[in-house]
Amino acid sequence: MSTQINDRIALPPKNAQKTNMACHFCIVGCGYHVYKWDHNTEGGRAPDQNALGLDFRTQLPPMAVTLTRAMTNTITDKSGKKWNIMIVPDTECVVNSGLSSTRGGKMASYMYTPDGITRNRLSTPRIFKGDQWLVTGWDEALALYAGLTKKILDNDGPNGLFYDVFDHGGAGGGFENTWGTGKLIFTALKTPMVRIHNRPAYNSECHATRDMGIGELNNSYEDAQVTDCIMCVGANPYETQSNYFLNHWIPNLTGGTSDKKKKWFPGETVASAKLIVVDPRRTATVAISEQVAGKDNVLHLAINPGTDTALFNTLLTYVVAQGWIAKDFIAKHTVGFDEAVRANKMSLEEGAKITGLSVEQIKKAAEWAYKPKASGHRPRTFHAYEKGIIWGNDNYRIQSALVDLVLATQNVGRRGTGVCRLGGHQEGYARPPYPGDKLVYVDQEIIAGNGLMYTLWGTNPFQTTLNAEQHRLALRRRAQIVKDAMSRARGASVPQLVDVIYNACKYQGGLFVAAMNLYPTTIDEDCHLLFPAAHPGEMNLTSMNGERRLRLSEKFMDPPGSAKPDCLIAADIANTLKAMYQKEGNAAMAKRFEGFDWKTEEDAFNDGFRRAGRPGAGHINSQGGDTGYLATYDLLRKAGNNGVQLPIKEVKGDKLIGTEMIYADNKFDTKDGKARFLPAPWTGLPPMVEAQKAKHKFWINSGRANEVWQTAYHDQYNSFVRDRIPLAFLEMNPDDAKSLGVSAGDVVEVWNDHGSTYAMAYPINSMKSGHTFMLFGYVKGVHGDVVTPWTDRNYVPYYKGTWGSIRRVGTVDDYKRTISFKDRRFA
Amino acid sequence: MEDVKISRRFFLKSSGTAAAAAGATVIPIRDANAAAAAPVGAVNLPYPKTTAIAAVKSMPLNEAVSFTYPDDSSACIAIRMGTPVPGGVGPNRDIVAYSSFCTHMGCPVSYDPANKVLKCGCHYSVFDPEHGGQMVLGQATENLPRILLEYDAKTDSVRAVGVDGLIYGRQSNIL
Repeated sequence: MSTQINDRIALPPKNAQKTNMACHFCIVGCGYHVYKWDHNTEGGRAPDQNALGLDFRTQLPPMAVTLTRAMTNTITDKSGKKWNIMIVPDTECVVNSGLSSTRGGKMASYMYTPDGITRNRLSTPRIFKGDQWLVTGWDEALALYAGLTKKILDNDGPNGLFYDVFDHGGAGGGFENTWGTGKLIFTALKTPMVRIHNRPAYNSECHATRDMGIGELNNSYEDAQVTDCIMCVGANPYETQSNYFLNHWIPNLTGGTSDKKKKWFPGETVASAKLIVVDPRRTATVAISEQVAGKDNVLHLAINPGTDTALFNTLLTYVVAQGWIAKDFIAKHTVGFDEAVRANKMSLEEGAKITGLSVEQIKKAAEWAYKPKASGHRPRTFHAYEKGIIWGNDNYRIQSALVDLVLATQNVGRRGTGVCRLGGHQEGYARPPYPGDKLVYVDQEIIAGNGLMYTLWGTNPFQTTLNAEQHRLALRRRAQIVKDAMSRARGASVPQLVDVIYNACKYQGGLFVAAMNLYPTTIDEDCHLLFPAAHPGEMNLTSMNGERRLRLSEKFMDPPGSAKPDCLIAADIANTLKAMYQKEGNAAMAKRFEGFDWKTEEDAFNDGFRRAGRPGAGHINSQGGDTGYLATYDLLRKAGNNGVQLPIKEVKGDKLIGTEMIYADNKFDTKDGKARFLPAPWTGLPPMVEAQKAKHKFWINSGRANEVWQTAYHDQYNSFVRDRIPLAFLEMNPDDAKSLGVSAGDVVEVWNDHGSTYAMAYPINSMKSGHTFMLFGYVKGVHGDVVTPWTDRNYVPYYKGTWGSIRRVGTVDDYKRTISFKDRRFA
Repeated sequence: MEDVKISRRFFLKSSGTAAAAAGATVIPIRDANAAAAAPVGAVNLPYPKTTAIAAVKSMPLNEAVSFTYPDDSSACIAIRMGTPVPGGVGPNRDIVAYSSFCTHMGCPVSYDPANKVLKCGCHYSVFDPEHGGQMVLGQATENLPRILLEYDAKTDSVRAVGVDGLIYGRQSNIL
């Protein structure tokens, strides 16, 4: 047999260290426990001999545990001592109740070991010299980064400094790190030339709902257990919010929460929840829901791509005509109803024609979601949405149309309702205000040759931006100018190198590119300086999940080498700049870089999240609001994996008391407290998108797959994922594939007027003819290469809206032999 | 009839659900060698060398054959796929076997002959027996453990000789 033992694992002994961890990955933020123990010891199989308290002397029954080799690892500390770790789901956590997803279940595998999956982690700063990456120390790296920053700031002002920066929670985020980076970029450097995470400007994904007075995370996961109907729009929660779906939606779809509903809502008609899924694609969520709830309880509205607004407007027009609206609520707590109803007006017939649905399907959806129940009560309908809307045909318009419908039927602020994005990453935003007076489409600035220095902070615009090919080509050309200049500067001191780089950028069209990240990632192909960052477990890190549940993930090991939390990298940069300005006697500029004397990430948490709304703090945009100061690390440790739902109301003893339902008092986030309807007339597809549709046969939809997290920054090194998805897959209709001479596992080219990329063909029976679905943001095969540069009014991309042509490239024998191309639905 | 009793016992013990493939042919292991203590100097666990799971000619095509291995509390499924597959044994290199406990949380997987996949009804993971137990979709972090088989041409039978992957609910595959 193999020397790689894969048929047994070490158990944690009773005395193993046990700490809390909210999952690094998706927004659900499942609770886990980390066990850590001397690797030369192990627990026994009797329940009183291991920390899990389970009896491994006999076969455990189903559902007793989730425990695989992926959930264990052996780490080495700085002294060379080895420790075993095990990261298993917390059965007491109300989020996941002991469930583990295919993403979170791999956390232990993704902690750093010098010879494991994570061996490519950055452990020291690196600089590109000549034609290769070389290691350097923090002193040189900081001197170079701060030196060039200062030169640009002094000569060209902050607009020469471009940033692409994370804004979220979980790994590569957290309140500590959003604050540290935000304070550096916005308060100290004061540059507005910033884009965010996966978007080309410093924007929100939810401008419309916020303008209407409704934050996008306004209920609790428990509300999905007690709702009458879930309207799930452009989301596939089985694959992307897995344990929210499994632990909170499924029990309601199968009638398992009826007693709770009767108790919560006495006198109301109670039944298993109905599920309406609005998505052109038949997803795993649809297939599984039909399996468990029966086809009669699931309505899949497979609308034509980009026609969500027409559907919502038709529903609004219909429910108004039927009188299924909340007249009192509309009168007392909203403004703009009449205008929106007029502007959005659309008949059933017109709506059916545009969306491709039947009139009967639209009526059925309206009856399920809005028709009063037998008891006379208006149904409690939860509207859940994600990238189908967020990255849909005019984000602002679709979101307005949806929230208009929600407001008219008062499906917000009541238990069992809510209008919420389902989310991607966890959240963790605390930053000073954006320093610009308007948003900047940064990608276009890069393409136009503007900017002198570009910092990619925990992001990867090579894999996750629109018009990606054109962006990458421009960035590569400009970065190469700097690389050439740097390689000619033999023997240059750091100040001399700063001058060389500055001249290449200022006078030759170059762009200096620096990045902070866990791994080199694909950006290292066109980068000059890399700083090694840390993730949860290697630092204490706070985030909140999709129901605003704030948790502290506790540090249990050191980051690799000299890697640091992002907030402390930001502090290092600020302190280096402060010292440089002090040295030349520029007290005014030195003062801008004060306030970064942090020793730990807790200092950054206390400086940002906990100062929001406090006297003298200045304005801080924090998801903790003005009561964030109540949350101390100490109290959060005690709150464990159940944490507290923001905003915090009070502290009772040593317990943090939070908020389950926002807007329960019908006071919305507007000046007068009234929610605003917004007119959202249907206007069709953007012309630029329509042009691609006219020229190219296939709709190139995109999205996530369950087992891949984000850009696959860890997963690309894990054979469990990589060997299954070596190249982004392209789901397509089997007959379409046949007509192109394409069979499962063939490599195909997908192209249009904006770019070209390769993908691995994956015929799926339920894919409609003319539709495809490509894995988004993957490391090999970048969907963004064929996405148009069109955005909505706030520069939110229409990633889902691109059409392309497909041709067969060839066959990779290994793919056909080793990869399963069976149906990725539970069909 | 003894065969049926054994099969019912392990399904009751292991699942409590109706996920067992309807109509699966059940062949128990008799004469399984008791597992011995791991000898010093060995890397391999002392997997029992069973006598035949099944005579190949008696194995129905594209249908799950249930057995237990490496002990009677570990339910497994053998399938004669009908066409040669990676890791397949037998004259047509088409016989494979897997643990029937889902690696996610141990619910029994059932064989769907129409799609030729093994499916878990608890959290909807799907595995491909024609590709080494690869997870097609689902919440598991490991593919389905393969039961290693040997084919004996003389008797035209297959037997289980080892396991590649950790069986759900165990610290070690050998209890």
